[in-house]
Amino acid sequence: MCYLYVEVHSVISIPPRLIHRGQASVYDTGCVMATPRADDWSWFPALALGVSFLKCILINAYHSTDFEVHRNWLAITHSLPVSKWYHENTSEWTLDYPPLFAWFEYSLSHVAQHFDKEMLVVQNLLYTSPATILFQRLSVIVTDIVFIYAVKECCRSVREEKGSKDLLGHPFFILAALLLWNFGLLIVDHIHFQYNGFLFGILLLSVARHLQGRHLEGALLFTVLLNLKHIYLYIAPAYGIFLLRSYCFTEDNTDGSVRWSSFSPVRLVALGSIVISVGALSFGPFIAMGQLPQVLSRLFPFKRGLCHAYWAPNVWALYNMVDKALSVLGVRLKLLDVAKLPKASMTGGLVQEFQHSILPSVSPSITLICTLLSIMPAVLSIWCRPRGARGFLRCLVVCALGSFMFGWHVHEKAILMAILPFSILAVESREDAGIFLMLTTTGHYSLFPLLFTAAELPIKVLLMLLFTLYSFTSLKKLFRGSLLNPLETTYLLGLVAVEILCEVVYPLSPWQHTMPFVPLLVTSVYCSLGVCYSFIRLYVSLLRQHGTDKHKQL
Amino acid sequence: MENWSLVSICVLFGLTARWAVSLNSYSGAGKPPMFGDYEAQRHWQEVTYNLPVHEWYFNTTDNNLNYWGLDYPPLTAYHSLLCAHVAKLINPDWVELHASRGHESYGHKLFMRATVLVADLLIYIPAVVLYSFYLSEGSNKKKVFLCILLYPGLILIDYGHFQYNSISLGLALWGVVVLGLGWDVLGSLAFVLSLNYKQMELYHSLPFFCYLLGKCFKQGLAGRGLFLLVKIAVTVLVTFALCWLPFLSDPGQILQVVHRLFPVGRGLFEDKVANTWCSLNVLIKIKTILSTDTQLYISLTTTLLAILPSSIKLLMKPTLWQFKLALVNSSLAFFLFSFQVHEKSILLPALPVCLLLNDLPLPAIWFLQASTFSMLPLFLKDGLLVPYVVTSLAFLFFSIYLLSALEHCSEDKLRLGPYRRLLICIVRRYGYLSNCINKDHFYFSITAMAGLSFMSVALAPPAQLPDLFPLLVSVFSYLHFLGLLLYFNIVQIAEPPQSVRKNQKKSN
Repeated sequence: MCYLYVEVHSVISIPPRLIHRGQASVYDTGCVMATPRADDWSWFPALALGVSFLKCILINAYHSTDFEVHRNWLAITHSLPVSKWYHENTSEWTLDYPPLFAWFEYSLSHVAQHFDKEMLVVQNLLYTSPATILFQRLSVIVTDIVFIYAVKECCRSVREEKGSKDLLGHPFFILAALLLWNFGLLIVDHIHFQYNGFLFGILLLSVARHLQGRHLEGALLFTVLLNLKHIYLYIAPAYGIFLLRSYCFTEDNTDGSVRWSSFSPVRLVALGSIVISVGALSFGPFIAMGQLPQVLSRLFPFKRGLCHAYWAPNVWALYNMVDKALSVLGVRLKLLDVAKLPKASMTGGLVQEFQHSILPSVSPSITLICTLLSIMPAVLSIWCRPRGARGFLRCLVVCALGSFMFGWHVHEKAILMAILPFSILAVESREDAGIFLMLTTTGHYSLFPLLFTAAELPIKVLLMLLFTLYSFTSLKKLFRGSLLNPLETTYLLGLVAVEILCEVVYPLSPWQHTMPFVPLLVTSVYCSLGVCYSFIRLYVSLLRQHGTDKHKQL
Repeated sequence: MENWSLVSICVLFGLTARWAVSLNSYSGAGKPPMFGDYEAQRHWQEVTYNLPVHEWYFNTTDNNLNYWGLDYPPLTAYHSLLCAHVAKLINPDWVELHASRGHESYGHKLFMRATVLVADLLIYIPAVVLYSFYLSEGSNKKKVFLCILLYPGLILIDYGHFQYNSISLGLALWGVVVLGLGWDVLGSLAFVLSLNYKQMELYHSLPFFCYLLGKCFKQGLAGRGLFLLVKIAVTVLVTFALCWLPFLSDPGQILQVVHRLFPVGRGLFEDKVANTWCSLNVLIKIKTILSTDTQLYISLTTTLLAILPSSIKLLMKPTLWQFKLALVNSSLAFFLFSFQVHEKSILLPALPVCLLLNDLPLPAIWFLQASTFSMLPLFLKDGLLVPYVVTSLAFLFFSIYLLSALEHCSEDKLRLGPYRRLLICIVRRYGYLSNCINKDHFYFSITAMAGLSFMSVALAPPAQLPDLFPLLVSVFSYLHFLGLLLYFNIVQIAEPPQSVRKNQKKSN
């Protein structure tokens, strides 16, 4: 609540500040933007308000079934006792977020009843009155205040280099723009409909607190976040190891390795009590009611398939593609019998299991092992050679991306978990900026299938161009030079061709009716190449840093 | 960052806002039998596609003029024809004669919205780019550009209500830009095209005429000036002739088109318009007391009187600065005093006011906000409440922040210095006007607009006064327009010779 207060205060305090400036220099040329001072943050509310207006104007845009999901949760939490929250199944969209999020919906529902009481009735499936739409959209926009505050804190923690006097060329300004105007968040939250802005706000705030050395606050925020949405478990290893290594051990040996004697039990207890008390607050009532297994079965539905209906651009998309290619090839060369192949409905639309025909099938435990293996080196690296909060941030991005690459039933939206924190690193180092551009552009493009309605096509293309153009030109100016090699540039330009092919040419072709899944398949496979490439480059940069550190020690 | 990328970012932002507004409802959506302007435009496509040219403006068995008959000049008709050909390619049902009447569908809405976006992108936005980067002074070019692009009135009418004002206004703006760059012949060509797209552009015609004539005078009517005058006259006549070519064969055709363009019989005003006659009607029922002819003469006389000072001044000092002010003064005077004015016509004065955003930020923003507000009843009828609120707030915020409008309210910034010297003896009146445009009044007026908007939406009007809120809105906006007309006239008339020279130097 105090964050809310601070942010609201800073937002409403613009006019007085402007007036004050005006009184000081009535006859200046009016160049507020050209003469930034370190303490002059008047541009920040402008940037934040600007994007908020954009969000508001999208209120009547298309919204996905997630809109109904959240309406249903409002209704469940409002009209049923706590004991029934995780048992209720009138709607197919049952409550499958952790309890704190249910409480969040519960508190929202108290505002919702002043808009339209009908939306709070569990039986009113697919209820979309104008007041309901207005309320739900506004609830996302207003809770984004947390995100805006977190971005401001992140911008304050960015390392400043002397140089450019132009406000638009400052790393903190670029970071604010990259985060606040992030294309993915805009379309996922404000068109598709979800509450990611609020959740990522808590994540970024926690990261900012670690960057500022306020580790307990950071840990508390992350624990709260985990209890709001459990997908953030994927980055929990980075948090756990970092806090254990860099917070519970207060000193390093001269070669950078851990000094076991410097272990501080008090700090560990402090951390532990934070985690346990938040967990107790959230899950306690359900444990007391003996509903823990029921809650957990809702949170982790392993009955879903390896890939979502639309394959997220990760390793499994490539794996499926290879399998498909091999089976087609096998049938052509008469090595395989068509009748014996499993009937694979590729990207049919419903969430279902995809059976591989040639390659071995993938089980949840294999994806778990792959994920763990993929993040292991990064986690080990911050254990052996901690490089402060920035090393932790890099590890966090690797964890997010690793689980995206290898996880079970990954949503394409999960790419934001890597993109948003990575923005902070991107404005601080040239190499990261290059990887960031690759990852962001492909990752954002892979979100395109989320909005498949014709009316929203111009919006997503325009917003994507807006964000991509800004990220390229601003980072290029910040680091004074090109950040991508010709091959990477060609690959990214290929996205334009893919878009034209998939959304303009293909729908006009006769194959649209016989093989409607091809555009999604092409998008997914093409994007997964870029995401895999960025993942490898990110890993190389991490391990190379690790190597140079070692070298220095020797 | 380079200029080109900032400009592209601004354009992309403007386009996103436009398309986001176009996701909302349009005029007459789902309201048979007459629907609204959206259906009118679609109907024109149907008519122009299926009927021969000489039947377009006539009442025939296939063309019922009482159902959205074509009442815009030929260029609009040609544009409809072009759109109709594209529509025919996509879905022939959209333009089928008779059968397509009242056609509404998801695909068709997308198509119609896309035609507006394309026209905007091709005509209006490039003109704004050229204007902001070649003709506006100072370091604020990009900011002015963004603010003009975000003017909510035009966005809401074109992309919400549904019209193609960006074409007529864009062509007029091309005229201003090209004239400002010194190409008089091309400028007059652009303006004639704009006039042939929408007859309402007549509001702008007098300043164009006076500016060009004044330039000819300055070059000497005996020598180069005469040559220039002849060149311009020939251009205008030839362009007109080309636009009207299919109708020239028969004088009856021309008369019928003219009759369709100027429907005198429709009365002094319709609905609630924020002009003099509608506001005066609250006190005196003009429409019932006076005959139509008397109304016509009164409105003609007052309009002429109101535009005379600014026109004469422009004729004497044909500079770009004077030209811009005269455009505002003339079109605003037409809006306030002329015959049969629509509430949407406020966009005509709004365009030149946008061009003053850089020079006179506060009055310009004030005017633009009032103009958007004056169309509130229309927006409410079309179900555009959310976009109206959001775009208005966004425009107010961005323009005030980017142009530091509230810092520029000193007398000099408002260009009232000369006015003081002019009227030094009448101290009291001076004090009054210069105090009128200030921050406190601005805040008060914006708050009142917000309050009236809220009341229009939330409160039910008393049973005996069903039009109470639309009337309050138009009278309140009218007061703004009247005050600002006075202000812009004073700024134009009182401009001293020195600053004229300074402005000339900068603009050349």
